[in-house]
Amino acid sequence: MSADSKSKKYIEWRERRYNTQKERLAKFTSISFREQPPLVTAEDRSGFDADGQLGFPGEFPFTRGVQPTMYRGRLWTMRQFAGFGSPEDTNRRFKYLLEHGQTGLSTAFDMPSLMGYDPDSPRSKGEVGREGVSVATLDDMDRLFAGIDQSKVTTSMTINCSATAAMAMYFALAKKRGLGFEQLGGTIQNDMFKEFIAQKEWISPPAPSVKLACDIIEFCANEAPKFNPISISGYHIREAGATAVQELAFTLADGIGYVEHCLARGMAIDSFAPRLSFFFDVHNDFFEEIAKFRAARRIWARLMRDRFGAKHENSMKLRTHAQTAGVSLTAQQPLNNVARVALQALAGVLGGVQSLHTNSMDETLSLPTEEAAKVALRTQQIIAEETGVVNVVDPLGGSYYLEQLTDQIEAEAMVYIGKIDALGGMLHAVEVGFPQKEIAEAAYQFQLQVDSREKKIVGVNAYQDEQEQPIPILHVDFEGELRQIEKLKAFKAARNPGDWKKACAAIRERCQQNQNVMPALIDGVAAGVTLGEISDIYREVFGVYTDPGLV
Amino acid sequence: MSTNSSPIRVLIAKAGLDGHDRGAKVVARALRDAGMEVIYTGLHQTPEMIVRSAIQEDVHCIGLSILSGAHMTLFPEIINLLKQEKSSDITVFGGGIIPKDDIAKLEKLGVKKVFLPGASTTEIVEWIRGNISLPS
Repeated sequence: MSADSKSKKYIEWRERRYNTQKERLAKFTSISFREQPPLVTAEDRSGFDADGQLGFPGEFPFTRGVQPTMYRGRLWTMRQFAGFGSPEDTNRRFKYLLEHGQTGLSTAFDMPSLMGYDPDSPRSKGEVGREGVSVATLDDMDRLFAGIDQSKVTTSMTINCSATAAMAMYFALAKKRGLGFEQLGGTIQNDMFKEFIAQKEWISPPAPSVKLACDIIEFCANEAPKFNPISISGYHIREAGATAVQELAFTLADGIGYVEHCLARGMAIDSFAPRLSFFFDVHNDFFEEIAKFRAARRIWARLMRDRFGAKHENSMKLRTHAQTAGVSLTAQQPLNNVARVALQALAGVLGGVQSLHTNSMDETLSLPTEEAAKVALRTQQIIAEETGVVNVVDPLGGSYYLEQLTDQIEAEAMVYIGKIDALGGMLHAVEVGFPQKEIAEAAYQFQLQVDSREKKIVGVNAYQDEQEQPIPILHVDFEGELRQIEKLKAFKAARNPGDWKKACAAIRERCQQNQNVMPALIDGVAAGVTLGEISDIYREVFGVYTDPGLV
Repeated sequence: MSTNSSPIRVLIAKAGLDGHDRGAKVVARALRDAGMEVIYTGLHQTPEMIVRSAIQEDVHCIGLSILSGAHMTLFPEIINLLKQEKSSDITVFGGGIIPKDDIAKLEKLGVKKVFLPGASTTEIVEWIRGNISLPS
């Protein structure tokens, strides 16, 4: 509503009250460069269609939440991302987290696993077990989940270009333990669009990469209906520098890309859409983040119903994991990160997420120590048990400001989605670098605001300490890499060469004939084919992608 | 000190397998905006590829970005390769997720400067200008 259409009462308040006081800043903006109004009132929101825009929780368009009871029925899953060193090291951390009340597992793989290299590859040197756990074989997967019942604990696996290999190992392990695939719950990230956009772990070019991702979606729809075969991720997009709207728009456009690919394979929308899951960042700007989650659910519900003709309600529900913003954490005065994480986590909960990871205070220095990981988990438990925000469903719904912000974010995201449609869809948009360039530009603009102190970061460009108290950090031992290489050598020596060769040939054939690779992979890993060897077949058949390195 | 006539040439390099290129790209652009000639390697480079690019592009310094925890492997390899190629006049600096204890070790090995998260682009520009001497 423009200023001249305001009521007399409002204009009077503005002139006699507000304008007689001085504002601290020339402009108030969000972390995403959004200019903020001083006040939003009932008259700004007159004509707001609460029924159509909000509905009830658990009902279309799910703005207020995907469940009618939300956290009164069931708390979100507290799922702390963990992984480092050998499978045994990470298995110990998993058990530690479960003992302290964590309700689901989340696996961080090391860079070689994430890029499709075995520990013995020259490309893996210095990186085995450094940033996550090293998993190259079915034996490694077995050690990672030793003593953990795959049918009882849901597991999330953050892996993408080599997701097919990890998924095959997880399934093959279940089979070995006498479990059916239909008993397995969990999520595999398997989102290749956002790899090309932001996270940048890849093997082959975009088109075959998306094909492999959809192989998992198709396989799970048929064989493992409780498993989320993809986690369409805005997290890395945001961490790479995107604004809140860019994060939302590019993520949903990625979702559209996968849906279109699956439909083109002849899959029925309601056969796979209910298991598409999402993953968003929760950044610092409190209300913008809450509005983002609410807008996300509304847009997705409408897209699924109106654009793709979904009939099943579960196809329209955007279920999401969220993680606090690693990029917002500071190496300076690291204890302050506990406060940042708590506020971000609170925004996630008020935004109605289904599962949450809270970052540890020491992540800008190294992988988290056990103590830091525990404080992060406890932060979620404090929100759940002590703050009372879980008592009411969507407690901020109806706030003039929040609803206006939700509408604005929705509208702006739809403009971006329109641009990507006009480019011919996400596959082409990624190939021409459209989202990549938008994100790099936003990242640079933000850095300029920090450098000029227009945006203040406590401990970094404001309130600095002369002397800093160091905190304990985790050191991953260097010998671990050599031990993983030794174990891999022994594993390779013990496998049956004939079976292995046959299994490799079957995988290669599936790739060449453009068939779903999953069945051949599940048999393959059981015959000893490693993650790196599967990736080598992809390199050979689908080609190798290299970074265009645009600045 | 640098002069206006011959710009400082910098290779911004991403070594290793991680895909965290936000910082590298922001720094590359800031150095370019500050008038330097910047070559960005792109992601997933090996030490050999980085040293080869540095020599081919005739740069004065290499700015290495590492957030994968492999800094104690990759920095020393680059320093050694530069020695082997008799190109130790190329200054090596870097940044990323690097624990403070490791910084002293890296500096001993010949890394001239390690910037931690939170370093401003201005700080990096000024450091390069102050530490790269161009042949006149």
